[in-house]
Amino acid sequence: MFRFLRRKIRETEEAIEKEAESEVKEKKGVLGIGEKKLDELLWQLEMALLESDVALEVVEEIKREVKKNLLGMSRKEAKEAVERALKEAISNILKQSEGDFFSQVEKAEKPYVIMFVGVNGSGKTTAIAKLAHMLKKKGYSCVIAAGDTFRAGAIEQLERHAKNLDIKLIKHDFGADPAAVAYDAIEHAKARHKDFVLIDTAGRMQTNINLMEEMRKIKRVANPDMIIFVGDALTGNDAIEQARRFNEVVGIDGVILTKVDTDAKGGAALSIAYAIKKPLYFIGVGQDYDDQIPFRADWMMERIFGED
Amino acid sequence: MLKNFGDALKSAFRKIANAPFIDKSLIKEVVRDIQRALIAGDVNVKLVLEVSKRIERRALEEKPLPGMSNREHVLRILHEELASILGKGRELPLKKQRIMMVGLYGQGKTTTCGKLAKLFQKKGMKVALIAGDVHRPAAYEQLKQIAESINVPVYGGGKTAEKTVKEGLEKFSKYDVIIIDTAGRHALEDDLIKEMKNVAKIANPDEKILVIDASVGQQAGKQAKAFNDAIGITGVILTKMDGTAKGGGALSAVAETGAPIVYIGVGEHMEDLEKFDATRFLSRLLGMGDLQSLLEKAEEAAKGKEKKVEEAAKKMLSGRFTLLDMYEQMELLSGMGPFQKLADLLPLGGKLRDEDVQATQERLKKFRVIMDSMTRKELENPAIIKSSHIKRIARGAGVETRDVKELIKYYNTSKKMMKSLSNKRMQRKLMKQLGMKI
Repeated sequence: MFRFLRRKIRETEEAIEKEAESEVKEKKGVLGIGEKKLDELLWQLEMALLESDVALEVVEEIKREVKKNLLGMSRKEAKEAVERALKEAISNILKQSEGDFFSQVEKAEKPYVIMFVGVNGSGKTTAIAKLAHMLKKKGYSCVIAAGDTFRAGAIEQLERHAKNLDIKLIKHDFGADPAAVAYDAIEHAKARHKDFVLIDTAGRMQTNINLMEEMRKIKRVANPDMIIFVGDALTGNDAIEQARRFNEVVGIDGVILTKVDTDAKGGAALSIAYAIKKPLYFIGVGQDYDDQIPFRADWMMERIFGED
Repeated sequence: MLKNFGDALKSAFRKIANAPFIDKSLIKEVVRDIQRALIAGDVNVKLVLEVSKRIERRALEEKPLPGMSNREHVLRILHEELASILGKGRELPLKKQRIMMVGLYGQGKTTTCGKLAKLFQKKGMKVALIAGDVHRPAAYEQLKQIAESINVPVYGGGKTAEKTVKEGLEKFSKYDVIIIDTAGRHALEDDLIKEMKNVAKIANPDEKILVIDASVGQQAGKQAKAFNDAIGITGVILTKMDGTAKGGGALSAVAETGAPIVYIGVGEHMEDLEKFDATRFLSRLLGMGDLQSLLEKAEEAAKGKEKKVEEAAKKMLSGRFTLLDMYEQMELLSGMGPFQKLADLLPLGGKLRDEDVQATQERLKKFRVIMDSMTRKELENPAIIKSSHIKRIARGAGVETRDVKELIKYYNTSKKMMKSLSNKRMQRKLMKQLGMKI
C-alpha cells in the first residue's frame, strides 16, 4: 500500500542528517531540534502520507505524535528515531481498528443481524455477497435482505448474487419500505433458524438528511446486532467525513474497506480508523467472491514498513 | 472536509492580508498553506507541488495590479493557475453522436448514462442506451429501469460487451445520440482494458467520457491517465458533487488527460446533472462563496421575478428588513431549487455553510406556515408581536408557541446578519450584477 513511504522515510532521515551537519558547522554546540525546523524536516513525510490518501487531519495527528517524540533530540538521535516514531504513531491509530469479526459473531445469539451502510457506489452489495459466501463456507446459513429499494437494478443485482451463491434473498418491490424488507428477512431467519441476516441498504450521501433519517429508521426496526460501514479505498479526504457522519447517525460497529486492489494506497483505512475508532474487519481485494479477506493491523504495518 | 479546506486557505490569506508587504518567507509560508489546503481537497500531491511552485514564483515576480491588495494578488494568481489547468469547460454538442462512458467501479457510470440521456432528450434529440456492462450482476437491469423511467429505449443482455454494443448500434442506427455504458474496471485489469479497447473500436465513439466520483483521492490522476492511454478520453463527468467531497481529484484527472470536465452530477435524480463551470468549481474548491452563480441562478429561476429579486436586493442593502422581506426572500429562494445548493453560493463568508442547510430548509418551510397566520401589520413590524399575538399565531398555524418564538428569534438573527452585510465592495458588486444604479 504505502510502498513509497519507505523511500520518504529514508529521505527524511537524510534531510535530518544533512541538516545536522550544516547546523553543527554553524553552531558547534547542538541543543536539539526546534519545532519549526522539525516541521520543515517532516514535510516530506507529511506529503508521502497525504499522497497515500491519508486525510489531512490524520496526517496532522501523526505529525504531532512524531514531533512530540523527536522534539529536543539531537539531530543524530532524531535521525535514528524518526522511523520508530512514525511506526508508533501509525500503529497506535491502526490498533484502534483491530478486531476479529468471527470471534465477535460466533458465540452471539442467532440469528445475528448485520446491516450494511455507506455512500453510493462504495460496494455494499458486492461486500454483502462476499461476506455471505464466507459465512456459508464456514457452515453458517444466511438470509439477505434486499433493502436497497431505491437504486435501479439493486434488487436484481442481489438476486443474481443470491442465485450464484445459493442463498435465500428476501425482497420487496422497487420503491418499497426498506425497513419492512429488513423486518421480513429477520422474521424469516427466526422461523427457519438461519444464523445470519445481512441487510443491504441504499447508498446515500452523508449530507442528505432525509436519507440519513431513513437509515436510522431501518436501524430502529431491524435492531441489528452489528452495523457495518462499507468504505471505498479510493476515497480521499472525504473518507473521514463519511465515516464520522454515518457513525453519528446510526453508530458503526465495524468497517469493510472495498476496492483495495485498485492500486489504492490504503490511506482511507487509516483515516476511517482515526475518525471512528472501530474495527476494520475485511478488505475487498478483487472481483471474485473469495476476494474479501480479514484485515490485520500488523499485516498492514508490514505492508507499510516492510522492505520490498 | 469542506470546512477544513476553506479554513486553511482563509488563514493563509489572513497572513497575507495583514502583512505590510510581500516577501519571500511570507509567500513561502502562504504557499505551504495553499499546498496543504489543495491536498486536503484531494488534488494530486505532485500537481499541487507544481502549481504552488508557479504561484510562488509569480507572486514574487509580478507586481500586484494597481488597487489590488496582497491577498487579491495571490488569490488572482492561484485562481489563474488552477483555472488554466481546468481549461475552458465545454458542453457536449447537440449533434448526432455516439458517447461511450468509462470509469472505475462505483463512480456512477450507469446513473450518469441515464442523466445524460435525459439531458439530450430534453433538448429534443432521439436518444438510446446500450448496456455494455456484461460483468456486474444486474447492470443491464439497472440501465433498463433507468431507461424506462426516462422513456428511452435500451439494448442489452448480450453475452459479451463487444457483441452487445455491435447489435445495439445496428438496432439504434436511426437515433441521434447513442450512449454506451461499460463495465467498471481499474487500470490494472488487462482483460477489462482489452474489452474496453475492443468496444471503443467497434463503437468508434465521438465522445469517450470518464466518469469520476468527487470523493476519489490521490488515485484519480493515475487512473485517468491509464484510461486515457487505453482509449483517449474526450471529457470528464464529475459525480456525487452533492456530498462533502471537494472534487480535487477531478483537477488531477483533467491535468492528466487534457480532457475538460463537461458536466457534474449533483443528486440522485435524473435531472441532477449540471453544466460544469470552472469558476464555480474553483470557488467551491477554495471554499469561497460564488456570487456570480447565485445571481445567475436567481435570474434563471425567477425569470419573471427579476424585478422582485432586484427589489429584495435593494431592501436587503438598505438595511430595512421586515418579516415580509424575509418571507419574500424565502419565496424567491425556494423557487430556485434546494436551498442547500444555493447556500454554497451565498457570499456570506461561509456563515451558512457551517449550518446544516437541509435542516434549515425544513425549518423555513415551517416558518412559512407560521407567517401565513400573521397579519400584514405583524409581518411589517415584527416588534409588535407580543405573547398574546404569539398564542393566536401558533393556534392559526397549528404549531407550538415556541415555534413562533423561534421564528422571531431567527428573524432577529437574520436582520443582524443583513446589517452586517455592509461590505461596500460586495454591495457594489451585487448591485452591478443586478444592473442597478449605485
